[in-house]
Amino acid sequence: MALSKLDQLYRQVILDHSQHPHHEGTLEDSTDQIELINPSCGDVIQLQLRIEEDRVQDIRFSGHGCTISRASASMMTDVMIGKTKAEAFELTQGFSELVQGKEVSDVEALGDAALLNGVAKFPARIKCATLSWKALEKALAAAGQDEN
Amino acid sequence: MKLDSQRLKKDFPILQQQVNDEPLIYLDNAATTQKPAAVLDALQMYYETSNANVHRGVHTLAERATNQYEAVREKVRQFIHANETAEVIFTRGTTTSLNWIARSYGEANVFEGDEIVLTYMEHHSNWIPWQQLAKKTGAILRFIPLLESGELDLKAAEELIGGKTKIVAVSHCSNVLGVINPITELAEMAHQAGAVVVVDGAQAVPHMPVDVQELAADFYTFSGHKMLGPTGIGILYGKRHLLEQMEPVEFGGEMIELVEEEDSTWKELPWKFEAGTPNIAGVIGLGAAIDYLSTIGMEKVHIMEQELIAYLWPQLEKIDGVTMYGPTDPAVRTGVVSFNLEGIHPHDVATAMDMEGVAVRAGNHCAQPLMRRLNLQSTVRASFYLYNTTEDVDKFVAAIQAVKEFFQYGTL
Repeated sequence: MALSKLDQLYRQVILDHSQHPHHEGTLEDSTDQIELINPSCGDVIQLQLRIEEDRVQDIRFSGHGCTISRASASMMTDVMIGKTKAEAFELTQGFSELVQGKEVSDVEALGDAALLNGVAKFPARIKCATLSWKALEKALAAAGQDEN
Repeated sequence: MKLDSQRLKKDFPILQQQVNDEPLIYLDNAATTQKPAAVLDALQMYYETSNANVHRGVHTLAERATNQYEAVREKVRQFIHANETAEVIFTRGTTTSLNWIARSYGEANVFEGDEIVLTYMEHHSNWIPWQQLAKKTGAILRFIPLLESGELDLKAAEELIGGKTKIVAVSHCSNVLGVINPITELAEMAHQAGAVVVVDGAQAVPHMPVDVQELAADFYTFSGHKMLGPTGIGILYGKRHLLEQMEPVEFGGEMIELVEEEDSTWKELPWKFEAGTPNIAGVIGLGAAIDYLSTIGMEKVHIMEQELIAYLWPQLEKIDGVTMYGPTDPAVRTGVVSFNLEGIHPHDVATAMDMEGVAVRAGNHCAQPLMRRLNLQSTVRASFYLYNTTEDVDKFVAAIQAVKEFFQYGTL
């Protein structure tokens, strides 16, 4: 059956993250927040961040999304918490290349998110995977401007 | 009376392929339809034998192209039962048609405090032009609510449409709910209030007989690509006395009578609206599509779709966790079926179905306000057309079952 190809996209770890996402909810002591919409499907993600001493101290996400976007948001928070802003930005670039099917030098650094490489074979879903990462990238850029 | 969809399917070269190693089941017809060989041949033939610019040459090809172009205008007139060809204007599509009405008729007739009445089920293309017109003029937007069934609340409509109403803009058929709206009744309410009714017919003309005079529509718009024709060609129908008082939205060649340094005069209807070189091949292709549909007969097309939905509906109802939207009464619905699978995001459903060769749409279907009213983020939409068979329905239902199991158990 052709559905077996779906396993490349929806690996068990991805389904687990989507069904039991990490860091879903809100942060009471957030320093930064952002909302991003995927206009093609209407999915929306809100990120709340606590950025202190140039580091992403904590993140929570909320909103509506598909399996891919929820799993990706969960994986993103796992890997980002504790990173410096520069490291976090670097990771967003690496992830963007990964889901476009490009070589990524340090795949390990992406944690579970590395398993989203199957998205490259489903181009219509790349935006689902990158929504939370783009949101973070924008939040980091805005946070940088505030300090300058 | 029954149509042989299996036979019709053979007329569509694109449908003879496999997608993801499965036979293609194309169920995204509300977005765009596939083209029969007759339409593709007409395009090829036009470019091979008749290509020239229209209305501006005396040579043989120019005359041939002009004749073919204008012959399609007459075909469209007959197809929608307009009074005369002067009322049939070629545009890029429904969106352009609606924008032109809002820009030209709207800006000349709608003023501060006037009311424009829409429905909550409108496509963005029949929403934003009026929203922007209201912002520009200070007019007020009013919305006809929906009943639980997905049909329009006509009692509420009667109260909304009144002395201040200048325009009632409504879709003939919803691209999400599949409901057929009672245009004649709404037109009567509009006319009693001294307003005009603008109809978005994009989801109606391809699927059922449409008689603009019987509907009493003042303006009626639709697209060629949703009715087997090429993209980039559509129709703006308007009653002559309304079109005559309207200024063209676009200026340039083809639409002028006399150009002086400081002023110009326009050609008569319908050409005053058709600035620049039009989509001639698109028009020719639309003509071939109308021929194809007319040979079958629109009444037959409509009945065939209703039979297909009658075959599908009980099967969908039986699947645990499936929620369907829109009316259950087959008499007021088209072949557009929006639904959700409990606990599975529409995008995941659409990707999974694509792996089964089944092309469906997932998203908000350019109807964000409607989604908000229904408390939904998005839906899956399967939209059927004359080449879809009962076998297609069977495969579609089997695919839903398979997708449900995949996401329930994480694997197969």
